[in-house]
Parts: sequence; structure tokens; C-alpha cells
Amino acid sequence: MKDEAIYRRLFRTALLIRLVEERIIELYPSDKIQSPVHLSIGQEAVAVGVCDGLKPDDLVFATYRSHGFYIAKGGSLDAMFAELYGRKGGVSGGKAGSMHLAAPEVGLMGSSAVVASTIPHAVGAALSFKRRGLSQIAVAVFGDGATEEGVYHESLNFAALMKVPVLFLCEDNGLAVHSHRPVRQSYRLAEHAASFGIASRRLEEGWDMLAIRQATLEAAAKVRAGEPFVLEIVTSRYKEHVGVGEDFHFNYRTSDGVDAWKRRDPLIVDQKLVATLRPDIEREIEAAVAFAEASPAPGRDELLADVI
Amino acid sequence: MRKLDYAGAIREATTQEMERDSRVFVYGIGVPTWSSIFGTTKGIPEKFGKERCFDTPISEDAMTGFGLGAAIRGLRPIHVHIRVDFMILATNQLINMVSNYTYSTGGKLKVPLVVRAVIGRGWGQGAQHSKALFSNFTHIPGLKVIAPTTPSDMKGMMIAAIRDDNPVICFEHRWLYWAEEDVPEEPYEIPLGVGRILRPGKDVTVVGLSWMNVEARLAADILAKRGVSVEIVDPRTLAPLDENLIVESVKRTGRCIIADCDWVDSGFSAELSARINEKCFGKLKAPVKRIGFAQTPAPTVRELENEFYPNAKTIVHAVEDMLGLEAANLDGEDFFSHERRFRGPF
Repeated sequence: MKDEAIYRRLFRTALLIRLVEERIIELYPSDKIQSPVHLSIGQEAVAVGVCDGLKPDDLVFATYRSHGFYIAKGGSLDAMFAELYGRKGGVSGGKAGSMHLAAPEVGLMGSSAVVASTIPHAVGAALSFKRRGLSQIAVAVFGDGATEEGVYHESLNFAALMKVPVLFLCEDNGLAVHSHRPVRQSYRLAEHAASFGIASRRLEEGWDMLAIRQATLEAAAKVRAGEPFVLEIVTSRYKEHVGVGEDFHFNYRTSDGVDAWKRRDPLIVDQKLVATLRPDIEREIEAAVAFAEASPAPGRDELLADVI
Repeated sequence: MRKLDYAGAIREATTQEMERDSRVFVYGIGVPTWSSIFGTTKGIPEKFGKERCFDTPISEDAMTGFGLGAAIRGLRPIHVHIRVDFMILATNQLINMVSNYTYSTGGKLKVPLVVRAVIGRGWGQGAQHSKALFSNFTHIPGLKVIAPTTPSDMKGMMIAAIRDDNPVICFEHRWLYWAEEDVPEEPYEIPLGVGRILRPGKDVTVVGLSWMNVEARLAADILAKRGVSVEIVDPRTLAPLDENLIVESVKRTGRCIIADCDWVDSGFSAELSARINEKCFGKLKAPVKRIGFAQTPAPTVRELENEFYPNAKTIVHAVEDMLGLEAANLDGEDFFSHERRFRGPF
């Protein structure tokens, strides 16, 4: 397939993610989504490029900021909106909400609101693939802040010892809630990975979906051959850490960095393609919202189900 | 039937399940080494190889998350902690991830993970090698919690735990490893959530947890000589609890002493006491009495250990007090100590 066709496919998915999240922003004041949302606006290229570089049965273990990965992995849009609405038709019947979004049927495993907690899950799944002679790989998705948790270090160590097919994917937006990297990190991720014998790559062009896809294809090939790999992708979180607004007025960061990023953001730059794709995507989103609106609320039976 | 000790029961259950089901594996710090977790994994690495019985880095948190990841992708891990005090380094995974994973995924992903934790008193092991912490885990929905006392219960419950599609935490008191009794050789399951009357009686019910059932038996023997009939109930599974068995026993005797090898304050004994009061209120002839650790950190020196830990003597005096009997002179009685390993029989 020519790059142009691939680009169009990636662009469509990225635009879908952005428009879904923009619809969430519109809906949020209505209080129909009664739980925290962590928007990935600005970071869509990572989810899209990575998931397109994976095989459909590769697994992704992600975070509370996973609307993008859910959609990029092919999760049902109807079930996603119903989940955000907390309805029976939700992908987890309303028990996951935005923060624990999971769609194992398309390879998105349970996500976590506790930073770094799903990283070892990917290592365990990868061991299962290896033991059973499968060619699948597991991808641990986390932010740069997660690398400060001990479990990140522990997981890299064990993955290297066991030589399991796991890709450690760091979405580096430089922020942990409202804290910048210089107050948090005294190490360099690549050097840390290298100390375990794990190869790594840092991609600065986190707006470039094709470059991310290519980097993922290359990294996944190494991982599939049995070597863990760390792929760091620089990206930009446009919105506040949690919620649907912006946060520049809190003065912990300026809008300069985000503005510079927006000037390269294909979803902003390529308005012609946006205009072409938008109507169809909007119809898809409206159908999903209507599905959520019509889905019944869960009750006591659902509360008590699936505990043990 | 042949005699088997408690450690052997764990070893045999694990071995038989690993033979039956190639998805089962056992791992943890020191698991395949010569010390073999009190002998509970002895011979398993030789028989099944290092792919199914392996050592890990000292990374309790990641190793628990690793177990979750393996469990949701078709394997059935058994993770072993040689002290429960070390397992608490894994509480993020156990309490934030493992316990609610099935719930959060709307029942789509099950976590068939067994986590074994060695609890209890050693020999001068102090504040970080002596805990039980039952209630830290029974408090959490989504976890099954077991604490078998006898070797035959352990074998059947361990097999049931390995076959269970839910996460199961198994507490093993280290003094029980040497307990022996007749244990069937073939694999069998004892369903989780079903308690057992270890000894029938009519005057007072003693609900014993783990090792305290051994102490309760000794206490019951001593009290029998004075004409007091003690019923001992071993819940075996703490969550889900076989509440009915305990309630029916207390309704029959009208008196209840809960003997725990853990702290009393906010401990599992508090949960038991609350349930008994709720369900047996009109039938109780005396307030429920709880026995457990002194509310201090575990001391190291023997003199303080003797003050800290309850034993059969504590139970005997509690029963006497509840029945209005004078305290017996127990000088001639033989009580357990670490130097005199308990061998049973049950």
C-alpha cells in the first residue's frame, strides 16, 4: 500500500479520536458522563501510529488516558460512549468508565488509573505468548511519569531476564499531572533501558503518524524475535490533566509548547482532509451517542455481578 | 492411607495440578532453590523444569502484576511469598488491580492467580517476619482468602484454589508445615467457602484461625478433663465466609470465643464477632470474646513473645472466665513452642 493510502487511513482514525473527544467536551457540561476523563487530544498520533504498526492480535495494556488506544485498536464506538455514560451497553457494562477502558475482544486489556500499574501485566502476557509458542506481542503503554515508579524498573529487569516479547511504549508529554520532568527525573530513559541490555529509540516527531507507525513496525519486529524494546515517543497534551478544559491559566506551563506542536499537527494543518472525512465521522459519533442515550442504566444485579 | 505433613500437602497438590494442567506454574523469590519454601516446592523444579518453576527478582509488585498478565492470557500462576510481610510490597497490584480486574472488565477477563503467603510466628523473628494480616485482604471484594489448618484440608483447598478462576490468597502458618495426618494420595478438591467443625462440643464454640486451631485443640483436651465440652470451628476459607456454619454452632452453644493469630483491633476476629452478634444476638449467653496478638508490634525477645502471642493457655482461661469457672493450675500441661515442632496428628 502506498504511503498516501496508509496516511489517509491513519489520519481518519486520528480524526475520529479527536472528534470523539471534542464531542465528549461538548457533552461534559450536561453531566451525562459522570466520571473523570483524561483526554488525549494532541496525542492521537501515538495511539494511531502504534496500533497500525501492530498486528490485530497484539495486546495493548494502557492507562487512564486511553480513549485513543481504544479507538485505534478497533474498539466499538457505541460501546465506548455507552461506557462513558455508565450504561448497560457499555463495553464493561458501565463499571470501567473512561479510566479503566478495556476491550479485550480487540486486544485492549484493562487500563489503570494508578500510574505504571499495567506495565507488569504486559510482561506476564508476553510470557504466556512465549510459553505457548505464539507470535503475538504485548505492548505496555505508559507516560514519562510512570518510569519513575519502581514497577517500571522491575518490569524491564524481569522482561530482559525472561526475554519475553514486550514493547515498552512511553508517551512522553513531559508532564506528570502538573509537574515537569526536571523536578522528577535524574536519569535518561535510554541509558536506563540499556543497563538491562534493552534497546530503545526516542522519536521526537510525535505528530508524525507515519513515522510512529514505521518506528513501531521496526520495534515490533525486534520484539517478536524475543527482545524487549523501549520506544519513546515525544508528544503533547493539549488539554488539562483531567477534565475537558485547558490549563494554561494556572500558569504552571505556557501555551507556547502546545502552540508549536499545533503548527505541526496534521489534524490542524490538513484542513482539506479534515473537511473531506468529517461528515462521515460525525455521523458515526452521533450514532454512538444515540446508542448510549438509549442504553438502559445498570441496577443492583449488575452491581453485584462479576465480583468473584 | 499414608501420613503427610502440611508442607507435603502443598507440594503434592501443586505437583498433581501441574501434572494435570500444563498451564499451571509456580514462581517467587527462592521458590526453586534448595530451601524450597519450607519444602513446599521441593522436587518441583526437577520434575517440571525452570519454565514452570522459577525464581524471580526481589520485585514483589511487578511479579504480582506479571502473574495477573499471565493469568488473563491463559496461564494459571502460583506466586509464593516466604513472608506475608513481603507480600505487602505487592498490595498495589493485589488491591488496585487483581481484586477489581474482572469487575472492571465487565466479567470478560478472569484472573486465576493463587498467591501463597507464609504467616506466623518463628523464633525471635520480630516485627517484620511474624504477621498474618488476614483482614487487610478479607476487606477487599474480589479476592478469595483461605487459611487451611490441617494437611488434608490444605491439599484439597490448594487444588480447589489452583482450579478456581478467581484470585485466591492462601495464608500458611509456618508452624503448621510439620503437622501430619492421613491425607489421601489422589487429587481431590475441598470447595472454597465451606468451613469445618474440627471438634464437636456443646458448652462453648471456639472459632479458630489457622494455627490457633492447634492451640484450641490442646485447650479443648485440657478443658475436657474438667468436664467442659468445646466445639472448634475452623472457617478454613475467610472470604467468602461460611457464616452459617459458625452461626449455627454459636446458636447451639450460646457462647463464642474467637482465637486469631493476628491483631484483634480491626482484625478478622472483629468481622466474625460482628456477624455473630448480628445473627446470634438473642442466643448468646455471654458476650463474644476475642483472643489475638497484643496490640503492639511483634517483639523479638522470647519473654515478650510469650506475652504477645496467645496460646492454648489463653483459650483455656478465656473459656473458664466465660463459664464462671476458677482458673485451673496448668503447670503440668505441655504447651507448644518453636523448639518442639508440632507433628500432629490432627
